Amino acid sequence: MEDPDRLYDRTPGVEDQEPTANYWSYTTGFGLAVLLTIASFIVAQTNLLWPPGIPMGLAVLAIAQIGVHLVFFLHIGTGPDNTNNIVALAFGLLIVFLIIGGSTFIMANLNANMMPMPMNLPH
Amino acid sequence: MTTTTIEAVRPDRVRGRGAGGPSSTRTVVAYGFWIFILSDITMFSALFAAYAVLSDRTAGGPTASELINLRHVFVETMCLLISSYTAGIGALSAERRQPDRFLIFAALTFVFGAAFLIIEITDFADMLRVGAGPSRSAFLSAFWALVGMHGAHVTSGLLWLIYMVAQVVAKGLLPHVLRRLLCFSLFWHALDIVWVGVLTVVYLMGAH
Repeated sequence: MEDPDRLYDRTPGVEDQEPTANYWSYTTGFGLAVLLTIASFIVAQTNLLWPPGIPMGLAVLAIAQIGVHLVFFLHIGTGPDNTNNIVALAFGLLIVFLIIGGSTFIMANLNANMMPMPMNLPH
Repeated sequence: MTTTTIEAVRPDRVRGRGAGGPSSTRTVVAYGFWIFILSDITMFSALFAAYAVLSDRTAGGPTASELINLRHVFVETMCLLISSYTAGIGALSAERRQPDRFLIFAALTFVFGAAFLIIEITDFADMLRVGAGPSRSAFLSAFWALVGMHGAHVTSGLLWLIYMVAQVVAKGLLPHVLRRLLCFSLFWHALDIVWVGVLTVVYLMGAH
């Protein structure tokens, strides 16, 4: 049987009732975030990764770090009591993806299909 | 096999999902603020999209790699991370009714947040000095809009933190003060998430 306390909707930003787990959550999150930040700087400044793959590597590290922040700082996890918060987040991500992905896709298409124009045309 | 529903076992403990009436004020307030944060991030995503489209439109002016000092950016990032950590610990201390601990961690949060802002403003002043203001090129307009908007959020967060400390000192850790503190710490952590995006897209990819 499920623990009755777990059936409340989870408050965003609140971990659980266990006092020590909270400090651990923040400290773990902080440690992981520092490691991922240092890793991003190393990847950006050295040739540890195959150079054309560096932007992709940085993107992966950034997404991992955002995940760490969400789980350990904002306490947006995958528990059943967290459904409302996750659904809102998923909708937000959808909009963010549409705005960024759509804009870059359309503008790249325009740039590729436009006639080259001299930059100093009189207006 | 029989399944026991929670309604049958503890009818008084059923909340949310429409089962036992509305959630607690705390949950409703934090959920509403979570929605606001997501809309704020949506606003940032428009600035990110503008930056992604315009980042190579330098119009003969300075490029990202000429302007960026990664050492400063590393210190800025660490300041923001530490202040996010101390904000979390401070919020936890407030939850446990430890006002003294809360005040210490709030002060640390403020110091590291302010350090971030001072470094950022110094860098902005240097950019203005070398003629890399927002009107120089489309790239710089997008840069100033995105990084400046994050800086403006950090500034308002610091003002909000002063206001919250004043409330804790004047009123004590009352339930409605704790709810506002919860919203503040959500806001402060969310700013850190936006900074991860700025750091990666503007600074690390730009410097490369």
